[in-house]
Order: sequence, then C-alpha cells, then structure tokens
Amino acid sequence: MSIRIEESLGVHVRALELRMQRSEILSANLANEDTPGFQARDIDFASEMRQLEGSAFSTLGRSADAGLQYRLPMQPSLDGNTVELAVEQAAFSRNAMDFQTSLTFLSMKFQGLKKAIEGR
Amino acid sequence: MSFESLYRIAGTAMNAQTVRLNTVASNLANAESAAADPADVYQARKPVFAAIYENGLLTRSAGMGGAHVQVLDVVPSGREPVRRYEPGNPLANGQGYVYYANINQIEEMTDMMSATRSFETGVEVLNRVKSMQQGLLRLGEN
Repeated sequence: MSIRIEESLGVHVRALELRMQRSEILSANLANEDTPGFQARDIDFASEMRQLEGSAFSTLGRSADAGLQYRLPMQPSLDGNTVELAVEQAAFSRNAMDFQTSLTFLSMKFQGLKKAIEGR
Repeated sequence: MSFESLYRIAGTAMNAQTVRLNTVASNLANAESAAADPADVYQARKPVFAAIYENGLLTRSAGMGGAHVQVLDVVPSGREPVRRYEPGNPLANGQGYVYYANINQIEEMTDMMSATRSFETGVEVLNRVKSMQQGLLRLGEN
C-alpha cells in the first residue's frame, strides 16, 4: 500500500487557499473603509468549500465571478459605503484564526506522514 | 492571489490615510492664516479616495480579488474666505479688511480621529497577515 501525499493532506490545503483568498477580500473591505460608494464583499466559505471538493488544486479564483457576494449593511451610510468596521474586523480576525487552525491541522498531517515514513 | 496583494492592500490603505492626515494637519495649521486678497487665502484640502480593483480599474472585476485604495486627487474645499475688520493688521487692505481661511476645526479634528483609527486598522491587518505568513513558513517544522 502506497501513500499519496496530496490525498493524505485532505481538505486542509484547499481550505488554506480559500482562507487566504477570503482574507484578501476582507482586507480590501477594511482598506476601503473610507472610500465613498465602496460596497463590501465577502464569500460564503462553506459553499465555496463544497464547490472546491473534488476539484483539482488551484482552480480557485479562476472561475468567473465565483461566489463573491455583497455584504448587507446593518445601517447604510449616506455616501454609499457599506463597510462596517466592527463587522469586517471581526470577520477578518475570525478568518485569520481559521487560517491558523488549518495550518495546525496540516502540520499535524505532516507529523503523521513523517512518522509513517520513518516507521516509528 | 498571494500574500503580496494582501500587503499591497494594507499598504495602500495606510498610505491613503497618511495623505488624509497630512491634509488635516495642513488645514489645522493654516486655520488662522490671513491674506490681503480673498484669492490668496488658504483653502481647506480634502483627499478623494477610490477603490481600484484587481484589474487595475475603478470597476469591479469578475475574479475573486480584492481592491486597494488610491488617492485620486486632493481637492480644495472652495469655501468662501472669512472677512474680518482688522485695521491694525499689516495685511489689511485699504478698507482695513483681512481675509481668513474658512476652516471648520471641529470637522478637521473628527477627520483626524477617523484617519488615525483607519490607519490603525491597516496596521492590525498587516500584523495579522504577517503572523499568517510566519505560520505558513514554519509549516512542517518539528
């Protein structure tokens, strides 16, 4: 029985990639906090992840207008900007933590593989 | 999609806020600047921010990329100067009038606070991205 490294890493590589993509979108929201008319955007992580399952590596972001959605502001502002600082900051923090979680899972996978290779 | 674009987004945001803070400082510093001619009076300056999408345009692109900020221009407020009767002022004209810049100091102060907070948000984003990249670099160690 052989070990396929790509398969054994499971879903985490793709999760990591999607997390990074999302952090780019969220940081763009935060950056444009004071830009008039800017509409905050986000992706639905769960549905994007479901779409990625079974697809090849690195197909992310290539597909035309993937699941990018507009954020509904709790209180719209006069200049048309829909960025709400607290909401975006919370989402960005959460996303960064989830990125670390995926990293930890990956690192555990690597440790397991190493043990298997060394036969311990 | 890479860390590079993340750094660029946060960097441009901080740069835009710095420009804004610069104009605020200039406006506040010149709040009491006088001139003999209304045309020479200092005018409050305001930056114009715009979101530039990953295709380098002002319109949204099809991809899943972010958008950075660009300061398109710094425009004068165009407010009428304030005329004051100060015959003792060396800048006073024949009728004894001096012209002052029409600057709303409260507006500038709140603008300054907002710019500072937004700058801090940029720093926060940079720190987070840094720790994300560091985590990725340490992957597979021990």
